Amino acid sequence: MINGISINYYLLLSAVLFIIGAVGVMARRNSIIIFMCIELMLNAVNLLLVAFSTLHGDASGQVFVFFIMAVAAAEVAVGLAILSMIYRNVKSIDTDLLSNLKN
Amino acid sequence: MLGYTITQWIFGILSFLAIMFALMVVFSRNPVNSVLYLVMTFFCIAGHYLLMNAQFLAIVHIVVYAGAIMVLFLFVIMLMNLNHDTEPKSKWLPKTIAIIAGGMMLFVLVGSLKGTEQLNLSSYGASQIGTVKNLGKVLFSEFLFPFEIASILLLAAMVGAIMIGKREIK
Repeated sequence: MINGISINYYLLLSAVLFIIGAVGVMARRNSIIIFMCIELMLNAVNLLLVAFSTLHGDASGQVFVFFIMAVAAAEVAVGLAILSMIYRNVKSIDTDLLSNLKN
Repeated sequence: MLGYTITQWIFGILSFLAIMFALMVVFSRNPVNSVLYLVMTFFCIAGHYLLMNAQFLAIVHIVVYAGAIMVLFLFVIMLMNLNHDTEPKSKWLPKTIAIIAGGMMLFVLVGSLKGTEQLNLSSYGASQIGTVKNLGKVLFSEFLFPFEIASILLLAAMVGAIMIGKREIK
């Protein structure tokens, strides 16, 4: 384990994972899958933070990742509660049906 | 092996698997399959953390994401009885626009990397910053205040989730 990997490959991998998450958010209509794609985007950013933290030998990046995980857990708890509330009222979690504010 | 070191092989395989599983998260029609593929993606990302010698984050990542968040997702899917292909055929126009927009964003992000300096993560295997001891020291000295704020955030999220989720009391 001597020969390192260029930071550019980590940048590429994170970019690809982030774009997959973004495309999922834009293309899918199932709210739960949209949530999962948001998690995917958060993880792409986490991966890059850890990579740069290793590159610079600075532990702050990994502490940021720790906080991002805490915020993601809070976000998922509240988000899924909202989703189950929507399901209770609309009997569906299709985002196309949530157009009450439009007209 | 073909001029690559073992680290580079592991990196390549983990990256390929992560991207494949991420694609399957987006394109599988059954939400339960999506959740399972997302768990596999998280394991691949945890492997990347181990490769960068961030052991604490690798363990926390598996425990928090695969152990807590994904179980919550599965629980909600089962609660709403969505474990079949409920999604109707969506229109092709929004999908096409989404893929084109994503492709253009990827083009910009990758294009901005062209001609940048190649910096190697050379401290592989020797880096000690990801160990529990070192991260604990940093977390409880330099980042003590944000750590406490995070605990308040989690408490607020818990109270909020219960308040949103409960039925109205008559």
